[in-house]
Amino acid sequence: MSLSALAMFVVALAAASFWLGRRRALAAAGGRAAALQSLPGYYGWYAALWSGVPGLVVLLAWMLFFGGALESLTLASLPESAHSLSSAEVELLFHDARNAAIGQASMRADDPVVIALAERWTSLQKTGLRLAFGLAFALGLAGAAYSLRRVAPGFAARAKVERAVGIALMLCSTLAVLVTIGIVLSLIFETGRFFERVPAYEFLFGLHWSPQTALRADQVGSSGSFGAVPIFVGTLLVTLIAMLVAVPIGLFSAIYMTFYSDRRLRAVVKPALEILAGVPTVVYGFFAALVVAPIVRDAGLTLGLDVASESALAAGLVMGIMIIPFVSSLSDDAITAVPQAMREGSFGLGATRSETIRLVILPAALPGIAGAFLLAVSRAVGETMIVVMAAGLAANLTANPLEAVTTVTVQIVTLLTGDQEFDSAKTLSAFALGLMLFSVTLVLNVIALRVVQRFREKYD
Amino acid sequence: MTEPGFASRWSSPEMQERLRRRYRAERRFRALGLAAIGIALTALVILLVSITARGWSAFAATELRLDVPLDAFVEWPEGADAAVREQAIDAADWGAPLREALLRLFPEVTERSQLRELAALVSTGARTQLRDRVARDPSLLGTSASLWLPADDEVDLVVKGIVPREAREGSQRLSAAQLGWLATLEAEGRVRRTLNTTFLTAGDSREPEQAGIRGALVGSLLTLIVTLAIVLPLGVATAIYLEEFAPQNRWTELIEVNINNLAAVPSIVFGLLGLAVFLNFVGLPRSAPLVGGLTLALMTLPTIIIAGRAAIEAVPPSIREAARGIGASPLQVTGHHVLPLALPGILTGTILGMARALGETAPLLMIGMVAFVVDVPGGFRDAATALPVQIFLWADSPERGFVEKTSGAILVLLAFLIAMNGIAIWLRQRFERRW
Repeated sequence: MSLSALAMFVVALAAASFWLGRRRALAAAGGRAAALQSLPGYYGWYAALWSGVPGLVVLLAWMLFFGGALESLTLASLPESAHSLSSAEVELLFHDARNAAIGQASMRADDPVVIALAERWTSLQKTGLRLAFGLAFALGLAGAAYSLRRVAPGFAARAKVERAVGIALMLCSTLAVLVTIGIVLSLIFETGRFFERVPAYEFLFGLHWSPQTALRADQVGSSGSFGAVPIFVGTLLVTLIAMLVAVPIGLFSAIYMTFYSDRRLRAVVKPALEILAGVPTVVYGFFAALVVAPIVRDAGLTLGLDVASESALAAGLVMGIMIIPFVSSLSDDAITAVPQAMREGSFGLGATRSETIRLVILPAALPGIAGAFLLAVSRAVGETMIVVMAAGLAANLTANPLEAVTTVTVQIVTLLTGDQEFDSAKTLSAFALGLMLFSVTLVLNVIALRVVQRFREKYD
Repeated sequence: MTEPGFASRWSSPEMQERLRRRYRAERRFRALGLAAIGIALTALVILLVSITARGWSAFAATELRLDVPLDAFVEWPEGADAAVREQAIDAADWGAPLREALLRLFPEVTERSQLRELAALVSTGARTQLRDRVARDPSLLGTSASLWLPADDEVDLVVKGIVPREAREGSQRLSAAQLGWLATLEAEGRVRRTLNTTFLTAGDSREPEQAGIRGALVGSLLTLIVTLAIVLPLGVATAIYLEEFAPQNRWTELIEVNINNLAAVPSIVFGLLGLAVFLNFVGLPRSAPLVGGLTLALMTLPTIIIAGRAAIEAVPPSIREAARGIGASPLQVTGHHVLPLALPGILTGTILGMARALGETAPLLMIGMVAFVVDVPGGFRDAATALPVQIFLWADSPERGFVEKTSGAILVLLAFLIAMNGIAIWLRQRFERRW
């Protein structure tokens, strides 16, 4: 008996109900489908929904909540002597017990406490599964009985089924909202726990970032410091470099493509930009670390400058290249949205093409281009792999692009990869940084969408 | 009547000068645009060329031909059964016959340290290969077999010409003696380059010459299966609801704004969500393709919804009206007519979304798919890595041999992406209808 057996059971019950419902409807109509209010299949679907959906709900509830319930119920049976254990030790105990119960290798398989827990876990798990089966079975049968009793030639099964499908579609569409709520809640929850350990003002305005927390409380420098300003400055610096590369190149290539380019060039450049947009960021990261960073360093050496091997400049340059197609396609949209009449009017007055572009098209397309700019900034701020692979880890408070800086995303990755306990301020700080990242990009996106919507109508 | 100023006389020299200035500005502007495109194209070419040039050799491997003396090497009692023989084969020291084979080629080597350097020419994986070959064909025992065995990664780099042959200079890590032996081997025709099957069939390894991408490929495949299974039904259902059924109210508007915003949320935030919800709240296993697929599904969902909506919107209203006119219910209109007509567009969008998911790395780092996994994953709950994560891991490795492997893995990843995009383009051109 397992989860998949339960799922198969639910499906089988629904299939049986479908067959019964359809047959019952046809029998009630004396075999003439035309005498039924709906097509016979709808009666089957009606019965299948009534018998299958309760089982499905039980299954989902099991998947989402049973693991946690099982853990707390199992741990409730711990002997008195174990109450002094810390939460991490209890957690470890539970993991060992569960591994022992499902026959996996475990470090303390012969500890009596673990064995007792494992037995308790197994019996609880069995009871739980039996309960779920019983519930799914009882509810499914009740649903089948109810729906089959209602099947009659005059019964509007189609309307009922369509309503159910409509509700299902609506539930699917709310998932997008649930994801946002999930992001916000999980980030805020963990950030709240972080701010219990480190005050919020220290995080937001502190100038020193070194998130090492000691293993023992009496160690020197055990607290670590969580002033995130150097990280924010580093992120801004890399973003600024990226925008300095991406905005002029992206904008000018969009202009050239719409006003000057002939068909042949466009047939080459458009796919090339699409390839540039489709290259995974980890490839850009590798490119930045392996090709661009040495070039930047050598160029710096010939100019007599001391360039760090993981400079902000190399990461920013490559990030800029990555964002070029993004800026270019959004600017392209903004430029082509400008009414043709304005362009023709300007040409009619004798303006050259560049004068038309500079004095007429760009001012008219400015909101769209500004929106593109903001979206590109949000993209650069949230970009992870390039900076993880090409920017540094040390949080230097500097505006010098030749030095190594670190960014919000780099810190999130370094704080959360590798083995550490989940409750330390170090790991929780990653969620605080994540919340900052999410809020900043959200604000940028909302403003960008607003700007574009607000000003586009002007010429329509 | 007054004389007109120079500004209104086109032939005046001032006016001619001004015109020339305007045309110069025009040409400058145009050159700037061309330069921008040139820079973008150059960047793309440098990117592709530098990675192809480095990665191409990853598909070749260097092998050494050694006459391995296998006589009287593994012994078992007379009449022993298969299990005992297997155990004996497993337990034997397979480094010994390799050393012996090399010593026969270079009898002048006697010192211990020199012997170690000599043995280092052959990959440590050669022992396992030798063992597996004997296990497959026990009749090799008692003979002196002439076998092609993988060379060490540093030897591989020298043979491929990636590292120059000057001993211990700059980036060279082989000693003069080792290079001399290698030259002798080459002169005797005992060195060859073959197709690197290990790279395509093995899992990850700490040794560059034994590392392969099969584990990562299977991990990516499992992850994408989960993603597709979740995102396709949910995305299409949402798109249908928003296009065909949703009432015009604030709730619908909220959902739409939400989807547009989600599409622009940085991918790493989805990784944080996956970590907090799937791992810490639901308690799913770390590093599993199941969790990776769920996380990537949430990330690609907005993309699929937006593509699906565009495809459904493109179906003309006359189709719907005609179906309604002959008595179809709203759901029948959607299921029988709108959806089949919108399907090519939806599939194109889905493939592009999957391609994006395939190249995504950051969220997978958050949910622990960065583990060093040697075995090829066998199920959705096994520990696994994905191809882009493998690239990230290898790019971080200190061994130089991994630079080539990383580029090779990138080439494989790009090949998959190009294939997926190609299919999407083909679908669009083959089935797209203009109404």
